[in-house]
Amino acid sequence: MKKLFLSTAASCIAFAAQADVTVMSWGGTYGAAQLEAHLKPFTAKTGIRTTMVDTDNAAAPIRAMVEAGNVTVDVASIELADAIRLCDEGILESIDATTLPDGSDGTPASDDFFPGAVTDCAVGTDLWANIIAFDTTKFEGEKPSQAADFFDTVKFPGKRGLKKNPKAVLELALMADGVPAAEVYSNLATSEGQGRAFSKLDTIKQDIIWWEAGAQPPQLLADGEVLMTTAYNGRIFNASIDEGKPFEIIWDGQVYELNTYAIPKGATNLEEAMEFVRFATSTEGLAEQARYISYGPPRHSSNALEIIYKDGKTVMGPHLPSSPENRRNALETSVDFWVDHDTELNERFNNWLIAN
Amino acid sequence: MVDLPRIAVQAATAAAGPEIPLKARLARAQARARRRAFLLVLPLLLFILLTFVIPIGQMLQRSIYHDGFSGAAPALVEWFAATPAGTEPDETAFAALASDLLFMKERKLAGEAGTRINYAVPGSRSLFTAAARGADRLTAPYRPALMAEDGKWADPLLWAAMREAASPWTTDFYLSGIDMQRTANGGIERVDEGSRVYLALYAKTFLLSAVITIICLALAFPVAHLLATLPMARANLLMILVLLPFWTSLLVRTTSWIVLLQSQGVINSLLVSAGFIGDDGRLALIYNRTGTIIVMVHILLPFMVLPLYSVMRVIPPVYARAARSLGATSWTTFRRIYLPQTLPGIGAGVLLVFILAVGYYITPALVGGADGQLFSNQIQFHMSKSNWSQAAALAAMLLAGVLLLYWLYDRLVGIDKLKLG
Repeated sequence: MKKLFLSTAASCIAFAAQADVTVMSWGGTYGAAQLEAHLKPFTAKTGIRTTMVDTDNAAAPIRAMVEAGNVTVDVASIELADAIRLCDEGILESIDATTLPDGSDGTPASDDFFPGAVTDCAVGTDLWANIIAFDTTKFEGEKPSQAADFFDTVKFPGKRGLKKNPKAVLELALMADGVPAAEVYSNLATSEGQGRAFSKLDTIKQDIIWWEAGAQPPQLLADGEVLMTTAYNGRIFNASIDEGKPFEIIWDGQVYELNTYAIPKGATNLEEAMEFVRFATSTEGLAEQARYISYGPPRHSSNALEIIYKDGKTVMGPHLPSSPENRRNALETSVDFWVDHDTELNERFNNWLIAN
Repeated sequence: MVDLPRIAVQAATAAAGPEIPLKARLARAQARARRRAFLLVLPLLLFILLTFVIPIGQMLQRSIYHDGFSGAAPALVEWFAATPAGTEPDETAFAALASDLLFMKERKLAGEAGTRINYAVPGSRSLFTAAARGADRLTAPYRPALMAEDGKWADPLLWAAMREAASPWTTDFYLSGIDMQRTANGGIERVDEGSRVYLALYAKTFLLSAVITIICLALAFPVAHLLATLPMARANLLMILVLLPFWTSLLVRTTSWIVLLQSQGVINSLLVSAGFIGDDGRLALIYNRTGTIIVMVHILLPFMVLPLYSVMRVIPPVYARAARSLGATSWTTFRRIYLPQTLPGIGAGVLLVFILAVGYYITPALVGGADGQLFSNQIQFHMSKSNWSQAAALAAMLLAGVLLLYWLYDRLVGIDKLKLG
């Protein structure tokens, strides 16, 4: 009995001693994409074993682990907003941006990553976007091609689907009204700018069908309930590529958000975790992930590569929010702005919704 | 000598035995029975205390207690305590602010402190986090040093908000729940017309719930009466039709209504193909208030039918027959004989449906469109933004409204008349 106990203990120690990078991610298609694109190739290349753990949102569990002093996760996939907050609160290890690998074309990492994609504690892995989508079969003549067309009910009469939430909606309204992406948030911070966004929304208020869950917009389009709708780009990609629906995306005026890899403070295999993050956020690592899911790599060099979807024929470039032709008029969601203003703008938004 | 006291005691008890009055012995026996009954109830009592009373108490406490700022700014708390309300912030105040910012930086508290102030003055969370990040580089004199970083530090509204937040006990969350805000000199005023949302929504929630309850009652009364008067076998069959939707998932039912009611949906398409309406005149039955009412009536209907049915089933038909034989018209019989006997069921059904309707949020969220939002959607919003204090204050307001109506009901109808089944 004692022998058995000893050997079990010994094998446990051996197991722990062998560096084993544990990655906590979102599960589902997204988790599967990171497993195929990052974990498996990393083990194949370095011999360091990797484990994937699924969760709804890693931000809460890693905070609990760090506060309890029992960190069992080495790398976590979290939203940029959470990464910034947790970094401020000292929950994350800082990551030295200068150690990130240069792009495959030789561009230094600092220039190769999209602005804002590398922060003190996190490195961007992919970005997803709020876009406008429409059903091509509903248009005989000219098709909508820019954000302003969403608000043009004279040229394109019909219902519009819009997310019932000020975030990404007010930004779209301002961009459709001609505000350059770089000035959207400085405008929205003022009462006049907010007024301008709401009066733009007023022009289509009677034609809006509001949605709340990400699964709704493709359904609204398929049912013919709306002519155009805002949506998450991944949902429209699934409907059009995997299910063959005749949906098209207007990338003009897209509002995108970032997901990142971060390392919780006190991770047991810190060196290996850093190694993993460097590997996964290299040009090839990021491009590889986009082969499995239509979220764009936040590196210029990755977007320059030709990425083929896992079905073996779809070229991903035109479907990614990060590709240069889709980014001509794109805006990154400002985490700081929404933390500061979400209550205020939500109140104004709800007041506007109720008023007729 | 040693045994004397014992004997005395024995003698005393022997003498007292028969002299204990019957009343006292009865009281003693009853107390024992009560204790035993209490012990039997104790597990349930503890359960309710732990899972209901304490959490709700904590929730209510959260609506008036927030130590995010007061715990992170000890020096400012001292300065505010030493100066009367409305004092202009001088160099001492800014020095206190600077030392607190350093304190926040060291303990990573700037986010929480900024969040608390941000509730009153939007845009100030980033002010705090940014200032705390550079707090170790601040040097005296602090007022110009901080002003050079951001002019917002001189905003009197910001200082009024900090003074209010210097005590963890606050009415801020209830103030914003009734669309009020603090002015720079410590008074209160209504918020801009463009931001008034809660009071109107509060009234609308109760109004919409009342409409839903009335429709439910009008629909459920005949159904329950039919169920109660039919022979058992057929009544049971019909009962399944009432219960089947009751057992189906809420989301499934809501989504089925979307399929039926949307403008390209079943009902509109039938009406168009039957020629009642033109293809461009399709009715807007969903994503508005109509949709919210239709779907919520359907979802809440069983809660009205079941109590009504259970009361109506035991009403003896002889009273109505007697009234008719004494010459009452059928309307009088219904109004004076049958209806009063169903009151306990009506009361229970109305209360159940109304209270459930007041707290609904998933159905209004899915089918409500722009004007179908209810108060609970706002509670959910604040929960999701981690503003638990505001959510708690709004929830407490809703609770107060429901309790007030419950009290009114008790005064007008009497809660003892309630019969749930």
